[in-house]
Amino acid sequence: MRELTFSTATREALTEEMERDPAVFVMGEGIGERGGNWGTTVGLFERFGPMRLRDTPIVERGFTGLCTGAALVGGRPVVDFMFLDFLLDGMGEIINQTAKLQYMSNGRLTMPIVFRGCIGVGHSAATHHSGNYYPMLAHVPGLRVVVPSSPYDAKGLLKTAIRSNDPVFFLEHKSVLGVKGQVPDDEYLIPFGEAAVVREGRDATVVAIGWMVHQTLKSCDELAKDGVSIEVIDPRTISPLDTDTMLASVKKTGRLLIVDEDYGPCSVGAEIAAQVTAKGFDDLDAPIMRINGAFTPVPYAPPLEAAVVPNPTSIALAIRDLLAE
Amino acid sequence: MLSAPSTSLSTSELLSLYRKMVQIRRTEEQLARAHQSGAIPGACHTYVGEEAIATGVCANLRADDVIFSTHRGHGHALAKGVTPRAMMAELFGRVTGVSAGRGGSMHLFSPEVGLMGTSGVVGPSILLATGAAYTFKLLGTDRVSVAFFGDGAVNNGAFHEGVNMGAIWDLPVLYICENNQYATEVPFASVSKTTDVAERARAYGLPSYVVDGNDVLAVHAAAAEAVRRARAGEGPTFLECKTYRTRSHSEGMRDAGYRTAEEVEEWKNRSPITKLREYLISERLAPEEELARVEAEVEAEVDDARQFATSSPWPDPATVLDHVYSA
Ligand SMILES: Cc1ncc(C[n+]2csc(CCOP(=O)(O)OP(=O)(O)O)c2C)c(N)n1
Ligand SMILES: [Mg+2]
Repeated sequence: MRELTFSTATREALTEEMERDPAVFVMGEGIGERGGNWGTTVGLFERFGPMRLRDTPIVERGFTGLCTGAALVGGRPVVDFMFLDFLLDGMGEIINQTAKLQYMSNGRLTMPIVFRGCIGVGHSAATHHSGNYYPMLAHVPGLRVVVPSSPYDAKGLLKTAIRSNDPVFFLEHKSVLGVKGQVPDDEYLIPFGEAAVVREGRDATVVAIGWMVHQTLKSCDELAKDGVSIEVIDPRTISPLDTDTMLASVKKTGRLLIVDEDYGPCSVGAEIAAQVTAKGFDDLDAPIMRINGAFTPVPYAPPLEAAVVPNPTSIALAIRDLLAE
Repeated sequence: MLSAPSTSLSTSELLSLYRKMVQIRRTEEQLARAHQSGAIPGACHTYVGEEAIATGVCANLRADDVIFSTHRGHGHALAKGVTPRAMMAELFGRVTGVSAGRGGSMHLFSPEVGLMGTSGVVGPSILLATGAAYTFKLLGTDRVSVAFFGDGAVNNGAFHEGVNMGAIWDLPVLYICENNQYATEVPFASVSKTTDVAERARAYGLPSYVVDGNDVLAVHAAAAEAVRRARAGEGPTFLECKTYRTRSHSEGMRDAGYRTAEEVEEWKNRSPITKLREYLISERLAPEEELARVEAEVEAEVDDARQFATSSPWPDPATVLDHVYSA
């Protein structure tokens, strides 16, 4: 075991997969010699050269479509959007081509492609650099969506993503990039569709996504001082979504809160609540509650920005409300 | 405009071009009738009048080369080697169709012969083909990728982003613009200040030519050089094939108000099939009886395809969730 940052762990995963398979290549803006805006590819250009670390013009739709075509004939592209917000220029290609070609070809084509990019509110990034988008992506049949919160998960899930024959979105919250954690020396992969119980508890279950896992853990530490015991679940992949782990936890605690920085309407939390209600109604001692980012474009000024996302204090309040039900 | 007054093709090669164009024409006519009778539940855009382009280009390709096509893709599919049976069955929605009934006319896939898809969206074929070419270059193969698209695609961002990337990275790709002068009912002249698409493409720094798209020998010769360049690692080529669709935009759609009957008639008289037929006869390359025999064989093949499609089973609704994901 070593302690690595989230970014270093993903870079290790990418490097190992590029060494393992010559069909893996990266495309994006500034991912060549510059090493990526977030350091996703530092040092790789020197090793793998320009065909496999392909700097592009500013053509998000273009390289999204291009990499989709590349994946159809044996290439394994990793598309690096830098900020995931720029994905929107390529959304038509993703929904109409990338996600649908396996099905429309009756399974004779595969789509081994990874899209990665930074998501999330923070650092006064303002509205064009703060989007999350995972509910939109998880709504589309044919896509896989991964939102890791720790270096360990990030490495194991990115390796699985690169080896997958399905299109995978690997979304990295800008606040988790510097998070440190233990990562094994030996190779490992983490399968999709397996949520992680990141903290065990008995009074209530909290499902948290991405950076909100860390914010929730902080509030749990505070609540523990009052003897409140919270179980925290990180779904890790939004599509497929492991509701079995959530149901098992709710069976034990009888209470469920979903903490998600992204908007509430038509959200992952809405989906979880519907599924847990349908299958675990008898285990619930209280209504399922949600706490979400405010339903607004993301503002710039630090006090405004802080007002649109859940934080350890607001999460702790929501947990106390849930326990009072 | 590039032309091919004399050809280096053998008689058997010329005859196979002729057979392919007749096969496309007869299949389209059969499909049009099937559409009228209600046997095709969805859309059907025919390639009648434009057969020389798919035929001339694909005759230069190997089975492991790939093409990306459009909403008007039946000709491309047949030219790349899809059988009339498998294609017709797909339009009929049957399990024996190339996409097992998942796609219909605008979603024909047959990767075994290099047909990587017709498309319901105008534009993406350019990007997808450029991407396949990227992989071919990355993996060090000499395979070639082809994008077919209409004049309607060339004001779209996919055209500009795709052609530029193909050019800057010297990718083994052919950009084949089928300029039939209308996008649905919109004349190209009304959406472009320049007459030739090739002029725009040239601005991206790749060899770009205007070709008579109703002359299969001209198309064949231009594509041969483009394929040679691509295989040799010399990069992409752009061919603007001037042509005309002589049926309505899609079957069952009105075909009036935006073009004159005289214009349609004039282009019918410039049929690429007639042109090659007359050439073969006047140059004494094939006797009339031989051409008639080819036509009869194709007629029988297409009748058989229609029978096959009509008698094929529907797909099983229990399979409707299959292949959303690879595993
Ligand atoms: C992105 C997109 N916009 C609109 C349409 C609707 N549409 C289908 S075919 C067509 C005209 C295409 O014209 P062109 O590319 O010249 O091809 P042609 O039909 O002439 O062969 C249009 C507008 C579409 N399929 N995709
Ligand atoms: Mg047109």
